[in-house]
Amino acid sequence: MKRLDLHTLGPIVALVALVILGALLNSSFLAPGNITNVLARSAFIGMIAVGMTFVITAGGLDLSVGSMAAFLAGLAIIAMNAVLPSVGENWGTILIGMGVAILGGLIAGYVNGALITKAKIEPFIVTLGTMGIFRSLVTWLADGGTLSLEYGLRTLYRPVYYGGIGWITWPIIAFAVVAIVGELMMRHSRFGRHVEAIGSNDRVAKYSAIDVGRVKLMTYLLLGLLVGLATVLYVPRLGSASGSTGVLWELEAIAAVIIGGTALKGGTGRVWGTVVGVLILSLIDNILNLADLVSPYLNGAIQGVIIVLAVVLQREKRTADER
Amino acid sequence: MKRRSLMKAAALAATFGMTAGAVFAQEAEKKVIGVSIPSATHGFMGGLNWHAQDTIKRMGEAYPNIEFVLSTAPDAAKQVSDIEDMMATRNIDGLVVLPFESEPLTAPVAAVREAGKFVTVVDRGLSQEGIENLYVAGDNTAFGRVAGQYFREHLEPGSKIVVLRGIPTTLDNERVDAFQKALEGSEVEILDMQHGNWNRDDAFTVMQDYLSKYPEIDAVWAADDDMAVGVLEAISAANRQDEMWVVGGAGMKEIVKRIMDGDKQLPVNVTYPPALISSAIEMTVLNFMSNAPMTGRFIIGSQLITPENAQQFYYPESPF
Repeated sequence: MKRLDLHTLGPIVALVALVILGALLNSSFLAPGNITNVLARSAFIGMIAVGMTFVITAGGLDLSVGSMAAFLAGLAIIAMNAVLPSVGENWGTILIGMGVAILGGLIAGYVNGALITKAKIEPFIVTLGTMGIFRSLVTWLADGGTLSLEYGLRTLYRPVYYGGIGWITWPIIAFAVVAIVGELMMRHSRFGRHVEAIGSNDRVAKYSAIDVGRVKLMTYLLLGLLVGLATVLYVPRLGSASGSTGVLWELEAIAAVIIGGTALKGGTGRVWGTVVGVLILSLIDNILNLADLVSPYLNGAIQGVIIVLAVVLQREKRTADER
Repeated sequence: MKRRSLMKAAALAATFGMTAGAVFAQEAEKKVIGVSIPSATHGFMGGLNWHAQDTIKRMGEAYPNIEFVLSTAPDAAKQVSDIEDMMATRNIDGLVVLPFESEPLTAPVAAVREAGKFVTVVDRGLSQEGIENLYVAGDNTAFGRVAGQYFREHLEPGSKIVVLRGIPTTLDNERVDAFQKALEGSEVEILDMQHGNWNRDDAFTVMQDYLSKYPEIDAVWAADDDMAVGVLEAISAANRQDEMWVVGGAGMKEIVKRIMDGDKQLPVNVTYPPALISSAIEMTVLNFMSNAPMTGRFIIGSQLITPENAQQFYYPESPF
């Protein structure tokens, strides 16, 4: 029992170490402004990664989330610009845009899920395909350029990213709510148990009268919904979307899930671990920017080393457990 | 010499066409020009793609016997395949290529040239000299120098600036080196240079961290208008708009508009026109359609856009 605690604590130890390192390197690291920045920019990947935790725990994978976010952002911007003349420059228009993003996310998630569970195609292949499709669609919608929200609407919508309660901005609040609900769902709901059961052995799960296809489909729907929600908070930040929006978000989300202690082969999911994983990834970026430790050419290498180290530490402890 | 023999071969082919059917005798010889460019992955390339398509449409109407093959590639490997396909299946007479990367494209483009085709290389030079017939490019050194000179002339001694760099490439190095050189000997201090990868989101993040790290910043060289958008957003979120100004680059329409309107935060911009692909395509067409010599190097200068001359750099229809 005690050893189990040790290995689950791995990611937290890494996070604490990073915070201490950051604080030592630069005094402005712990300033409220910087904390807000880091948490708010983690929110998009964070919400997506919470959804990804369910998909991976059930033995699936989704590579399309970054492109999907870009596509949904593009759709929401086009929708808001289109209804602007009839609805006017008010929250109605913005709610329509939010609705388009969330509904679009659910549909996109359903398409992924249905192709995987109903057409029985490997998740890797399905989502590799939809990744290309969403990316091309947003580039096509933007005519190769950038889709921008009308200026007046931007001003109105802006506080959704930058505003909040004191220094705790809305993206941070949304991320926290998603993380807590996700953790409760994974630990204490029937859906969460089913997801873990399917991930460890889907045949046994099927014989235990779990509707495997339906539960798997639900994980992709949930992920689509969370990508939609992330988009709702992303659009007000820069008010634009282009072919380069959300590039490699899928890999960051997957990395965060794995750093957090969820098994890539499925079966065990840890939502709070994912949250820690996301924070670790953003902190590395932030610290590298704040302290001129290495040549900026090497930033990617440092991130790679820390990701691998975080997983190696857990792995060693896990094999110790098994012994 | 090679080109002339190619013309002969083409003329010969046309003669065969004539014997095959009298109808074809009326048509001038068809020329096929292949255009291979990177796909629209960021704002500048989006603009370049738009101008390429626009020029092809215009040239196709003006010269009905010129045919175009356009392909866009997300990476160097795909671009090599595209060019091989153009040679194998479309029998191109001329190639306009913006190499994704210099090294991997050098041998395939050299093969096109050896087959006697007219080769126009755009913007990024090949790693071996003398392959192309025509080289059309923007001036990266001037791009950095013009910006650097503006900073030098408009900042007080002792001022502090930050720089956002693009994707690590030779092109980015040339710009940054020229910028630093222009500032040499002045009392302007460059606090930091990090990569924003010509991307709005990355630039936003880097700028937020600059703002946390440095209590005093007097100006920002964002070096690209996509990055400038992210930088401006980060500055206004930190509420430090009055403290610093920003110089982007490449002449994105929204930014040019704000310069035209006299925005204090965006005093000037430096051009690096995506329409340089249009110059390359049109000159290649003229090589086949006129007697004007179209070989050599054509370097498009980088100019300073100021509120006074911004009007002439404003293209509202372009996506960039």
